[in-house]
Amino acid sequence: MDVMPNQLVRMLQLGRAEDALRSNAIWICVSCQTCSTRCPKEVDCAGIMDALRELSLRRGVVSPDQERVVAFQQAFLNNIRRNGRLDEIELIAEFKLRALPHERSLGFLLKDAGLAPELQKRKKLHLRGEKVDDRAVVRRIFERCADGEPK
Amino acid sequence: MKIAYYPGCALHGSSNDYEQSLRACLGKLETELQEIPEWICCGATAAHSLNHKLSIALPARNLALAEQQGMEEMLAPCPMCSMQLLKAEKLMSGDASLRKEISSVVEAPISGKVKVVNLIQVLQKVGVERIKAAVKKPLAELKPACYYGCLLTRPPDIVSFDDPEQPSSLETLVSALGAKPVEWNYRTECCGAGMTMANEDTVLELSHRILTDAQEHGANCLVTACPMCHVNLDMKQRDIERRYGARHNLTVYYLSDLVGLALGIAPENLGINRHFVPPRRAEAAATQPTATGAVASSAAPAAKV
Amino acid sequence: MSRIGVFVCWCGENIARTVDVAEVAKAAGQLPGVRCAVHYKYMCSDPGQAMIREKIESEKLDGLVVASCSPHMHLKTFRKAAQRAGINPYLVEMANIREHCSWVHHDRAKATEKAIEIIGMAVEKVRQDHALQPIRVPVTRRALVVGGGVAGIQAALDIADAGYEVVMIEREPSIGGKMAGLSETFPTLDCSQCILTPRMVEVGQHPRIKLYTYSEVEGVDGFIGNFNVKIRQKARYVDITKCTGCGECWNTCPLKRNPSEFDYKMGMRTAIYIPFPQAVPARPVIDKNTCAKLIRNGCGLCEKKCQAGAINFKDTDKIVEEKVGAIVVATGYQLYNIGKQDGKLAGYGEYGYGKYKDVIDSLQFERLVSASGPTGGVIKRPSDGKEPKSVVFISCVGSRDNAKGLSYCSKICCMYTAKHTMLYKHKVHDGQAHVFYMDIRSGGKGYEEFVRRAIEQDGAKYYRGRVSKITEQNGKLIVRGADTLAGTPLTVEADLVVLATAMRPAEGVTDLARKLNVGYDENGFLLESHPKLRPVETNAAGVFICGACHSPKDIPEAVAQASAAASKVQVTFAAEELTREPEIAQINEQTCAACYTCYRTCPYHAIEQAEVRTPRGVFVKKTARVNPGLCMGCGTCVAVCPSKSAELEGFTEQEIYSMVESLA
Repeated sequence: MDVMPNQLVRMLQLGRAEDALRSNAIWICVSCQTCSTRCPKEVDCAGIMDALRELSLRRGVVSPDQERVVAFQQAFLNNIRRNGRLDEIELIAEFKLRALPHERSLGFLLKDAGLAPELQKRKKLHLRGEKVDDRAVVRRIFERCADGEPK
Repeated sequence: MKIAYYPGCALHGSSNDYEQSLRACLGKLETELQEIPEWICCGATAAHSLNHKLSIALPARNLALAEQQGMEEMLAPCPMCSMQLLKAEKLMSGDASLRKEISSVVEAPISGKVKVVNLIQVLQKVGVERIKAAVKKPLAELKPACYYGCLLTRPPDIVSFDDPEQPSSLETLVSALGAKPVEWNYRTECCGAGMTMANEDTVLELSHRILTDAQEHGANCLVTACPMCHVNLDMKQRDIERRYGARHNLTVYYLSDLVGLALGIAPENLGINRHFVPPRRAEAAATQPTATGAVASSAAPAAKV
Repeated sequence: MSRIGVFVCWCGENIARTVDVAEVAKAAGQLPGVRCAVHYKYMCSDPGQAMIREKIESEKLDGLVVASCSPHMHLKTFRKAAQRAGINPYLVEMANIREHCSWVHHDRAKATEKAIEIIGMAVEKVRQDHALQPIRVPVTRRALVVGGGVAGIQAALDIADAGYEVVMIEREPSIGGKMAGLSETFPTLDCSQCILTPRMVEVGQHPRIKLYTYSEVEGVDGFIGNFNVKIRQKARYVDITKCTGCGECWNTCPLKRNPSEFDYKMGMRTAIYIPFPQAVPARPVIDKNTCAKLIRNGCGLCEKKCQAGAINFKDTDKIVEEKVGAIVVATGYQLYNIGKQDGKLAGYGEYGYGKYKDVIDSLQFERLVSASGPTGGVIKRPSDGKEPKSVVFISCVGSRDNAKGLSYCSKICCMYTAKHTMLYKHKVHDGQAHVFYMDIRSGGKGYEEFVRRAIEQDGAKYYRGRVSKITEQNGKLIVRGADTLAGTPLTVEADLVVLATAMRPAEGVTDLARKLNVGYDENGFLLESHPKLRPVETNAAGVFICGACHSPKDIPEAVAQASAAASKVQVTFAAEELTREPEIAQINEQTCAACYTCYRTCPYHAIEQAEVRTPRGVFVKKTARVNPGLCMGCGTCVAVCPSKSAELEGFTEQEIYSMVESLA
């Protein structure tokens, strides 16, 4: 992490939100929840990381080094919006394409290709992912949440 | 016992060996799973990282569907799913106007009747003593490192399950099966979670530390109750060995695998043959050092004094 | 007929700026019962008071209303002034036209009108006030000190040296408290026992101190100047009047592996034992939970060996009564037991206390370092007895923690942690101390310099950050924390970890507080009457507090507070008689139905079940009766009495109704 979580909180306290939003740290965070569990001041640090991620996207100030992670999360959500449940092959495909301009390498594109036969051998590969019958309701849910915040 | 069942995307995707395993195991324990029809993805990391409202709405839809089924308890075997479901319910139970809004967003009422449980809780409900009495093949050769991961016990005010720092539920269950769980240091440390594709380096580093510590403490296998952890520790184990020049060779069992084996179910019926790291004779791995010869450090890399 | 004088104060600009005081005085002068009404710039000043006295004489006033500030400020002043001029002080009322009027309003016309109304009410009250006499209560000039730690010892010695008898109760077999177990004290690094034991001996030998050790307060009755205390003397199974302290018994005892309370389980003691060699009294006690003779009639070796015949296995608890006039509570502290869950205090599972032998708390470290400790002052790892070369000290464990600890700061840990690093370094020259801290609180005399010494001279490494987790690897403790000043995570491999755990009030203090009618806060710390101006008094008259039972503090503060409490006791004893304010409850015994609702409700247990008898002693009826020594005038009985037999002197229902009606 380029800045430590407590430094991110400090930036927010000092009104330096931009610096926090542009950090790599918020995308390196894996949301393990250890921070919020331990904090003696009951600061929900994991929740703050979530909020910083969402806000950095909304304001268009994501750290350029973290395009790959952002691409993955966006591909994931798009996938759910379309299918209701995750279609893994479609996810990987969209993820790779989205992140390709940033990664700029064939190696990145082909990296996990070797997994396919291994998964297939183990009957874990689903060429056509499961889809929910009523996908329209999922789309509607997404639309209603487009503004991000509950009232 | 009948219980609502929310598989989640992983268990119907590349972690479908977990579903096979728990269906076989729970079937033997007379627990009927009633899958929620039309369940949707809980949103996982993507939703809570990118859209707060969606991260409540997506799991909430599933709570509403479960309620429509008339079930009181719902098993969500993936801790990411169960944590998101519990979190959505907790937020709504503290804020009536939120509950109303989300109910309208998901086009179905959620009144908080459904209690979300994880696999360990279901087994506890069946009864540790009852399971112990039903053991046909005690797992005497297994010295598992019980790996909880993050979201089974954290955040404690949301999941309220076991102790977040010194949990014991897995050890209790696994001991009842005749296995000898080891004392080790990485029981609740993160494996890298959903970053397998997005931030592979993080996953490899964190999972490597977990496997190393398990080995150093004499474990000859791991047991977990989370499909993400399983992927990072099992599917990525060879990548980890290659990256760090290590020789872990540790089978990663699902909890239901061990329960099923002890109850006498054949490994193939539990999907154990579909793991990436196959099980082998337990004793062999117990004293294997890592390939580099040195004790791999499980401490943070910076400023070691 | 009333001849009331109304004195309206300007209070400089405070009242006069907003309230038209001349207008107010004029209007007050028109009120029925008012003989004269004047205004003046500063009524509380000497000339102001002189004006009051002069008017009392010239106008033959029989009651006063002073319209000025809050009675909290100057009621006593004006009552004394009236008394000097011959008026009963309880015929003086204050109309608060400052805090209740000029300070909270801006509209001059309305504020003036309101001031007149306030004065109108006060005048109505004075018209119906009775002359009252202060209540006189006899005093038993003996003090009770609960707790024999350094604070209790100081208070007891001060009171005893002043010439009064002191009864001291201590729950442990010996006095000395926590200080007797410390190694050296900051900032002087004096040997703790060396400076304390002379005081302990003085207490043990003082002609005016009656010492009950291994005893607890069973119950307290009575009121200031007149307390009856029941003391439970727990069975020692040793007659301390016969015992010579020769030590044969504890040397003979075959049961040598009982974890020692004095050593906080870092060492062992026998079943018959003396807690430490300098104990006062230096007489053993038998642990009834482990003694073979007491449990199953075995052993009995000590009895055979005892030349003085002091062992008595048939001993029982005894209840003793003592009469005292004042009580000083000095029950001290305990450390937060982080190994276990206790309500909201969730323990610190991530630090592995209780799981790893080499993670200990600060009092346990004191015993390791102490020359009279279980290792003879040699610092050894509890796990393997080896000398630790790297010791991590963690501050704020359980303190300043809203999530699973206590929200307050325990005050002494920064100082004793610095001390610990120095004591460690002085014994292990090639050792390295590491301290994880959030802040350093070193505000006392010489304290900051002391901490700097630890860092600059004795080489302790201080990292600003918390520890997130401790695990064990190959016999070493892996301490993972953060250095927020450097902005990095930080891992230290330690041989020993010492946790500075939070200071809490001693076990059972809330039960004692209830027996004494002393309040306590959510953390169990006893409540003082006023945090700034009355720090050693409580709202229970005659009960004083000092030391760590009040709040976390160090030895100099505890000693100072103890002397303060002792001086308050001496003030109590200095009067020939004690006087109390007479604005207390009265029960009309004619109309009282003896339902005893008041008796059950009174928070001060000031109401007695009594009888009305004829002068010849024939029983007439039961009644409730107020004990004037205990009643605090809260009015609860007045509120609950179904027959309206209870009234508050100076605040009768009639008075209050008249005041309200005067507004209509």
